[in-house]
Amino acid sequence: MPYPVEQNEKFAAYAHPERLVSTEWLAAAIESGALQDGKLVVVESDEDVLLYETGHIPGAVKIDWHTDLNDEVTRDYVDGAAFATLAAAKGISRDSTVVIYGDKSNWWAAYALWVFTLFGHEDVRLLDGGRDKWIAEGRALTTDKPAITPGEYPVVERNDAPIRAFKEDVLAHFGKPLIDVRSTEEYTGQRTHMPAYPEEGALRGGHIPTAASIPWARAAAEDGTYRSRAELEALYLGEAGLTEGDDVVAYCRIGERSSHTWFALKYLLGFDSVRNYDGSWTEWGNAVRVPIAKGTERGTAPAHR
Amino acid sequence: MNTSALPTALSQIVDDFQAVTEPERLQLLLEFSRELPDPPERLADHPELMEQVVECQSPLFLTIETEKSDGGPADSVRLFFKAPPEAPTTRGFAGVLHEGLDGLSPAEILAVPDDMPELLGLTRAITPLRMRGMTAMLGRIKRKVAALPQQS
Repeated sequence: MPYPVEQNEKFAAYAHPERLVSTEWLAAAIESGALQDGKLVVVESDEDVLLYETGHIPGAVKIDWHTDLNDEVTRDYVDGAAFATLAAAKGISRDSTVVIYGDKSNWWAAYALWVFTLFGHEDVRLLDGGRDKWIAEGRALTTDKPAITPGEYPVVERNDAPIRAFKEDVLAHFGKPLIDVRSTEEYTGQRTHMPAYPEEGALRGGHIPTAASIPWARAAAEDGTYRSRAELEALYLGEAGLTEGDDVVAYCRIGERSSHTWFALKYLLGFDSVRNYDGSWTEWGNAVRVPIAKGTERGTAPAHR
Repeated sequence: MNTSALPTALSQIVDDFQAVTEPERLQLLLEFSRELPDPPERLADHPELMEQVVECQSPLFLTIETEKSDGGPADSVRLFFKAPPEAPTTRGFAGVLHEGLDGLSPAEILAVPDDMPELLGLTRAITPLRMRGMTAMLGRIKRKVAALPQQS
């Protein structure tokens, strides 16, 4: 890890404290000129494609989850060449420390961090509390575009298998824990999209049988920071019933909200094997002959075929 | 579809978007988000008088009112929108519709093609999913206009 890791009591309780930084830490790092040489790069990633332009952390660059990280044609992420071009254009080198933050309790920031991890970017961290906490604390914002010195980024092929699950992987996963991070209404099948969000065309409602329902936002405190280790354990070990060493798959609607949960399970609670099923409900709820459970009960795993 | 079928103000806005590059279109949308007027206090303080367009990614409320124009035969339609500053894309769409449609007659608004938002050339830059919010907003305005009492 090229840039010093933040030490504080809350983070120290997590399995991988080096994956989070606080607003105080980032403000001090920027103040000290850390962004000058490309060793530390701050990235904003939001749901709203124009939010960065209304004002961002001084020196931060923007990466849009949809236009920058998704392939335009295939439903997939960009390839190694496109990612290398993107990273270099944002001033990111392979050995840069990248701190990502965004709106809505870092939901899109966690998604961007997960995509960086598909490419094996070693040192990528989340700003605990994200954009809202930074603003709530009255910290500096600017609309000035940062002067970017292009980084040097090699073409690295994505390594999906360790942290990304496909539909076939989920079918083979039955018997091991699944976490559904969508709203209760989506879980029970009452609706197929988020409350107050656009209908994205899932033909069936409900959840993947045996999945525990832990809506993603329960991992976040009121100020958008992650809850403490003890609180997260109560949620995922207690309520969801995970045990140490479990192989876990998390999913939502397109894989964005579940990235937030993936981060909590992987880096804060230290589960080694956690995969994000990015096909999520927009694939499962449209797929032919996959098993679906409706209502509040988790349901039972189908017999293996 | 070409812009000649659109009301003058809206046609001008579409021309402005089409005349510039994709990054500049986003900048233009941001300017519209800044120019969107707040609803008058009588509406701002009574959100129940406005309708939420749930297809938008961020909370967006809108309503319409009619005004008799002096001596003219047709009512003109006034549009009011409410969206938070942290939703600039949604505000930008509302700003385009406000500047392009506010004050027109019901017939002029109803004649705007439903797929007019596609003319802005933003679909690639901001994704089809995000464009749906604007199409839904225009649809809601047209449905509300169509439901106005018949004019004498």
